[in-house]
Amino acid sequence: MTTVAAEKWEEKFEMVVGLEVHVHLKTKTKIFCRCSTNFGAPPNTNTCPVCLALPGALPVLNDHAVELAIRTGLALGCGIETSSIFARKNYFYPDLPKGYQISQFDQPLARNGRIEIGARLDGSPITIRISRAHMEEDAGKSIHDRFPGASAVDLNRAGVPLVEIVSEPDIRGSEQAEAYVRVLKQILEYADVSDVNMEEGSLRVDANISVRKRGESKLGTRTEIKNMNSISGLVRALQVEFARQCAVVDAGGKIEQQTMLYDADANEVRPARSKEGSHDYRYFPDPDLPPLVIPMERIDRIRSELPELPKARRERYRREHKNLTDYDVDVLTANAAMGDYFEQVARQSNDAKTAANWMLGEVFAALKSTNQSIEHFTVRPADLAALLNMVRDGVVSHSAAKQIFGKMVATGDRPTAIAERDGLLKVSDDSALVKWIDEVFSEHPAEAERFVGGEKRLQGVLVGYVMKQSKGSADPKRVNQLLAERAAK
Amino acid sequence: MTDVLELPASSLQMAIQAGKATARRAVDASFDRMRDVGAGSGALNILLYQDRHDALARAIECDADSAEWQARPLNGVPVVVKDNIATSVMPTSCGSRILEGYVSPYAATAVQKLTAAGAIVVAKSNMDEFAMGSSTENSAFGPAKNPIAPDRVPGGSSGGSAAAVAAGIARIALGSETGGSVRQPAAFCGVVGVKPTYGRVSRFGLVAFASSLDHVGVFGKNVDDAALGLETISGLDPLDSTSAAEPVPSFRDAAHGGLTGIVIGKPKEYFPDDLDPRIRERCDAALDRLKSLGAEVRDVSLPHTKLAIEVYYIIAPAEASSNLARFDGVRYGCRVDGDGLGAMYEATRSNGFGAEVTRRILLGTYVLSAGYYDAYYRKAQQVRGLIARDFAKVFSSGVHLLFTPTTPTTAFPLGSKADPYEMYLSDIFTCTANLAGVPAMSVPIGRIDGLPVGGQFIATHFDERQMFVAAFALERALGADALK
Repeated sequence: MTTVAAEKWEEKFEMVVGLEVHVHLKTKTKIFCRCSTNFGAPPNTNTCPVCLALPGALPVLNDHAVELAIRTGLALGCGIETSSIFARKNYFYPDLPKGYQISQFDQPLARNGRIEIGARLDGSPITIRISRAHMEEDAGKSIHDRFPGASAVDLNRAGVPLVEIVSEPDIRGSEQAEAYVRVLKQILEYADVSDVNMEEGSLRVDANISVRKRGESKLGTRTEIKNMNSISGLVRALQVEFARQCAVVDAGGKIEQQTMLYDADANEVRPARSKEGSHDYRYFPDPDLPPLVIPMERIDRIRSELPELPKARRERYRREHKNLTDYDVDVLTANAAMGDYFEQVARQSNDAKTAANWMLGEVFAALKSTNQSIEHFTVRPADLAALLNMVRDGVVSHSAAKQIFGKMVATGDRPTAIAERDGLLKVSDDSALVKWIDEVFSEHPAEAERFVGGEKRLQGVLVGYVMKQSKGSADPKRVNQLLAERAAK
Repeated sequence: MTDVLELPASSLQMAIQAGKATARRAVDASFDRMRDVGAGSGALNILLYQDRHDALARAIECDADSAEWQARPLNGVPVVVKDNIATSVMPTSCGSRILEGYVSPYAATAVQKLTAAGAIVVAKSNMDEFAMGSSTENSAFGPAKNPIAPDRVPGGSSGGSAAAVAAGIARIALGSETGGSVRQPAAFCGVVGVKPTYGRVSRFGLVAFASSLDHVGVFGKNVDDAALGLETISGLDPLDSTSAAEPVPSFRDAAHGGLTGIVIGKPKEYFPDDLDPRIRERCDAALDRLKSLGAEVRDVSLPHTKLAIEVYYIIAPAEASSNLARFDGVRYGCRVDGDGLGAMYEATRSNGFGAEVTRRILLGTYVLSAGYYDAYYRKAQQVRGLIARDFAKVFSSGVHLLFTPTTPTTAFPLGSKADPYEMYLSDIFTCTANLAGVPAMSVPIGRIDGLPVGGQFIATHFDERQMFVAAFALERALGADALK
């Protein structure tokens, strides 16, 4: 319904979006203390004097968080500042123990990045600029619906390291917003800096959205939408807010700059109760933390250690495996582990196209039906490659290979062992084949008589019967030869 | 041996080690002294909490027959700790209602170092609430009185610790400084007070007032006590990102240093025309002694000194407004319920903070506000840089130390400074060292009408040792004249 409402305006108005994405960095401990970042621990157990903001406690920066934040910035094409400043963002809320959040303000760690989120019809890339990526600490979690008449606070999350990635308002429309988040997630996953799990809150998105009449270049007044828990929620929230703003502007009204909350159940955006836009956060440099100074050599080292990113990998696959389609490449590079698996199978079977076909067919289906991830898949890439080599070498038939694969998924056993145990190796021993042919001839005497009598077109039917009799293990080539010999008699 | 606390801390430790005294006797003497002078509420009101039971338990440990323990440099020495420095035994309430009865689950690094060296924390001392004040009259638990003249203030904000040392309750006490809160009460109470270089002593466990100006400082009955206390608590702390990796020399060894060839600067801004002539006279007498010991005295200028109070009263409240935000009634300390979250915050903080703390939070919030930040906070930081540069210039011109009066007056009568600005001016000679981060100390240099006068040495960053050389020499030279 909302989609229809949004579509109605699309010819006349353009949606302009900038996204602020918060991602948890994959550190074992918090950004300013040594508490665990483990998700799902009992409330308030991952806490200490520092993250509880007890009197006298002081922050000490976690160097691994810095490492991952630099890697994040570099993966997004940003420049890394050799000196950046932690600042205090002051506001009162029970899940913010110090009464301020340590963040970075006018001197962030990383600036001026860009990512490609797709291509236009003419093939030119759609590039979204990233204005900055900065480090900060997460707040705790307020729980308002668990205890009647009271709110509860869980400070396990307080102090978990975050990078906030702020895009320029370069995103046009909810489809691009979706693509941006997906591409961003993919890059962060490849860079191995975050779990990017929206359900667990390790990736959160706030959207700044404005509308303008098509053809206008001036930006309209924006609103900020918060509280979107999924990519589909982001898309719906943008569409709902787009339609709302269009209706206001179309009627000659003005958009009020404010913070909106998205209600997924009602599929509505509503103004936040407290007008956050009017907050004065009184930022100032945190005197407890010296400037974050990063030597150029460290930046260079992290750059040189940066894992291959999705775009580079896609280009390499296209270059190295010319018989793969664009679709194959996109699916195989959806995440780094999938591509790693594919590459091992392709290398050890020396046949990228067949490896890709198996990945997209059997492997995906098996992962889905057994609810496994590729990282922990019961079938090792070397074993899948061995199976493909058995098919190529004529040791097993294609249909037998599918049976073997099913058993590999279930047991993790090696394909040769399964084939031998279950008698799925191709049988080309004449005595066994002759026995099966004899059995077929006695079960189907009419067809056998006609075939021997010269009706050659029945050969295929008879081969099929033999294959069935042998449960797929007969070597069809030899069966054909033996049958041809009988007809010639 | 009449009173073990008449012994310098280092001598007491040796006496215990030699079996001529016991830690138990030292603790008993300390508590007897508290009783005799009326250290608690109702009399001098210089101590907020005492724990005799815990102190005696520790004394028994100190007296245990262990050569290793007995060799610890402060084994069995009673110490007093200011109420804004976290101890895990007694409350840490910062002289404030909002933390009344709050007991820290951990001890400050400085306290841990003292106790690891064998010291016994006997009491937490009264202070201006959250260290905001210069008289210890701003305590939520009532004003403290100067043991030398009970109608006078002991100075502040570490007035309780200074008074405890002056009253003979302990030879060593911890205080804290943001603008002079150790040196000024040391001067008023006639004891030695040291503010080390910023970063020399960990701030971990010192409840923050203004983080970039806050220091843990030490009081000593004499220079040796102060040197021993400071060298015990100094050094890099991985829990404080602003603590320094500088090596810590022995400050007590400075007693063997001489003043020959040492250049002592006399900054004219600290000797204004309207300076009390009797204070000027005591300072000049001290400088003459230093000269007679081989030092050269040179007139110098620190031209931005006159801006220090204004700069201080922008930066300190700004940082305080943020540091004190954690006292919100949510996790610890007092909570006053209200109708909803905002009302709870308002009721808790209105009830929990006193007038001076409230004034500074409001001032700090204002100077950090959008539209005012550049005019106040940013400008103040720039001027702070100029004040620091004044010191750097002087110390790079061949001057080793500066000597000034610690305070413009002696201890003033209780209740005599109702105007906050007039109170702020009592830190006029001390707050510059906090702004620049340089070490400074106050030593007794005489008395006026029976009230102590303090002289201040200021050194360059991490050169506390030079300061102690001069302090030891001056203390020896003055002898009993420091009490005249």
